[in-house]
Amino acid sequence: MTTVWSGGALAEAIEAFAPGSVESSAGSDVWLKPESISTVCEGLKIRSEFKFDLLSSLTAVDYIDHFEVVYHLTSLPMNASAVLKSRVGHGRTEASIASVVPIWRGADYQEREVWDLMGIRFDGHPNHKRIMLWEGYPGHPLRKDYVTYDQSIASTAPGAADSLKGAE
Amino acid sequence: MAIKTQPVTVNLGPQHPSTHGVFRMRVMFDGEEIVDVEPVFGYLHRGSEKLAEERTYTQIVTLTDRMDYVSSMLNNQAYILAVEKLAGIEPSPRGVWLRMIASELQRIASHLVATGFLLQDLGALGTPLIYAMRERENILDLFEMLCGARITNSYLRPGGVFMDAPAEFWPALDRGLGDILNTVDELETYLSGNEIVFSRTKGTAVLPKELLINASITGPMLRASGVDWDLRHRAPYDYYDRVSFDRILHTASDNYARYWVRVQETRESVKIIRQCIEQIEPGDVRPSFDEVPRLIRPPVGDAYAAIEGSKGELGFYLVSDGSIAPYRMHVRASSLINLTLLRDMLIGGQFGDLFVTFGSVDLNMGEVDR
Amino acid sequence: MTGPKLIDPYGTPAGADPRGALQSITLDLDRTEGESVNKMKSTHLEPFPDPVLEVPDDLKRSVIVSSVDYLLNWARKSSVFPLQSGLACCSFEMISAAMARFDLARFGMEAMRASPRQADLLIVAGTLTWKMAVPLRRLYDQMAEPRWVISMGVCATSGGPYYQSYSVVPGVNHIMPVDVYVPGCPPRPDALLYGIMQLHDKIRRYSLNGQAAGRE
Ligand code: SF4
Repeated sequence: MTTVWSGGALAEAIEAFAPGSVESSAGSDVWLKPESISTVCEGLKIRSEFKFDLLSSLTAVDYIDHFEVVYHLTSLPMNASAVLKSRVGHGRTEASIASVVPIWRGADYQEREVWDLMGIRFDGHPNHKRIMLWEGYPGHPLRKDYVTYDQSIASTAPGAADSLKGAE
Repeated sequence: MAIKTQPVTVNLGPQHPSTHGVFRMRVMFDGEEIVDVEPVFGYLHRGSEKLAEERTYTQIVTLTDRMDYVSSMLNNQAYILAVEKLAGIEPSPRGVWLRMIASELQRIASHLVATGFLLQDLGALGTPLIYAMRERENILDLFEMLCGARITNSYLRPGGVFMDAPAEFWPALDRGLGDILNTVDELETYLSGNEIVFSRTKGTAVLPKELLINASITGPMLRASGVDWDLRHRAPYDYYDRVSFDRILHTASDNYARYWVRVQETRESVKIIRQCIEQIEPGDVRPSFDEVPRLIRPPVGDAYAAIEGSKGELGFYLVSDGSIAPYRMHVRASSLINLTLLRDMLIGGQFGDLFVTFGSVDLNMGEVDR
Repeated sequence: MTGPKLIDPYGTPAGADPRGALQSITLDLDRTEGESVNKMKSTHLEPFPDPVLEVPDDLKRSVIVSSVDYLLNWARKSSVFPLQSGLACCSFEMISAAMARFDLARFGMEAMRASPRQADLLIVAGTLTWKMAVPLRRLYDQMAEPRWVISMGVCATSGGPYYQSYSVVPGVNHIMPVDVYVPGCPPRPDALLYGIMQLHDKIRRYSLNGQAAGRE
């Protein structure tokens, strides 16, 4: 059975090799300062007490006043898992965080997906462009303030097209 | 005499008979040799993750069916496990056994499709695919008995499944398992020792296991390189700790190894289903609506649950804000992530190996793009 | 301007290692594609009207024309070659229909064509996204007339489960005129076969002198 690192224990262990990088911890989650993500991930991958060699999943959540990037890590040799989180883009300013592709190549497409759909920039990503939607798509649809305003859909409702024309 | 060549770039897809759907890549060739590849995604991006934010937890089951449409039951299972973890639902034992049977059947169907299409890409036009699809039809018949649908099943519900299996399901399942073994034997007699299959697949697209792990690749691709990582064994969910099965490993990590691991895994799935049939007991297939209402309101928080899907680790990350719909749903799509190393596999290879390698990854566009 | 480099085979300097070069020079191509998608999205707002067939009265009585029509339509309907193109889940039911149990070959349709130039029938099997709409319209334009379109599944008909999604076309009839709609999610192979038989009925009613077959 996979052992799940508790947030407190993991935070302590991270503080031991990268002082000042943990923001807080609760349950099984550890919140890291965004600027220290590269150092911490590097350590978690290499250091013998963690050996997190597989990045299971990388995603982001929009909490209106900030974004949260979520990393699920797995260690194959230790059969352990851990959750890292990092808050970026407070006040919906330009959100960005360091890319972890140099550490885990598995982050490649996942970071591109987060950029495409959530609009969080990953500094240092080797091929930072949209993955799912086309170039020139307006906005990032998974953001909470994204309004699905779709003329084509509006026009399929009877009379909707006329009301649109009238508004012009 | 040395022939001089210049690199040339060719577009493949999104409409191409061998790209398994609407996959597209730009390939740069130098003569017969592939010098660069760039995959282009998104031709089936349907916005499931956004739509999930407007549906209730039970309604989302239908969206998960349509992600990886050759392994709907497995998608259902991964999603339901995430909901159960998030809302703290205790599933009914009979429901769990039934969904294990369903998802193992689905794994067989998915591996058969992967094998059939791989051989189609190898040039064995038609016959192996027709054999594989014939067996898949029988599995779909079993699904029809269980839930009335062939592909988009929506069979699972939080806490179990929505309907018990009818009485005639059990004898049909027993017959079906025998047929599956026969088909797999048949396929193996023709193919696993076939000289052409050997020469086309052995030693092509070899990937070192450190690279595979670093690129987050899981499932049969990882096991074909000798890494013993199967979530059913390492992190047992449902009742996988009560059944025994062999983990199929191969060390070559080439196209043949990936094909071989998939074929052998179907036999292990049959073994698992047999054990499930022995251990299943009568009872409710899901908790009553008093315990698990139709509109589930999980407490505020998040949960990540992953299963061993047919293509690799299939995970769902759900965030709840206490309402009837998730605040955010994210799918850890193994098909997409398994493509991370596509360039490493193809670059330096021959043009003729392109689609064989591509087929050996076993991807599904619905899951890649979602 | 790096675009032409990609098409021009002599753009890569001799001796330079082209590995890894591709993804850095394709952004222009992506932009061009994005523009065409945006253009299609903003112009295809209204669905095409469904093609209706009307045989003029005076032609119905003409013996020669109608017997030539009969022969021609019989030949056409008995050898409709579908384009081998699947978009999503429905394509698996289309493949099932072509396999041993449902056996599309009974309708003279087993020859699934990989090239649109050899195909008469486009089965839109699955969810059509705006990004895919551009290539699909291109495929349709490349097919020789007479050509027919079957919209298979609710996704192709109206967007289905993905109706109102930000990237899904609300019905393939926004992109091209559709002859037969097959409902279902996915339609069973039997339903697809029924739809194909409906199409055969439709083909039988085409007339040499009247409306040209398969025209928008
Ligand atoms: S109609 Fe249903 S089965 Fe067909 S493509 Fe759409 S979602 Fe998939």
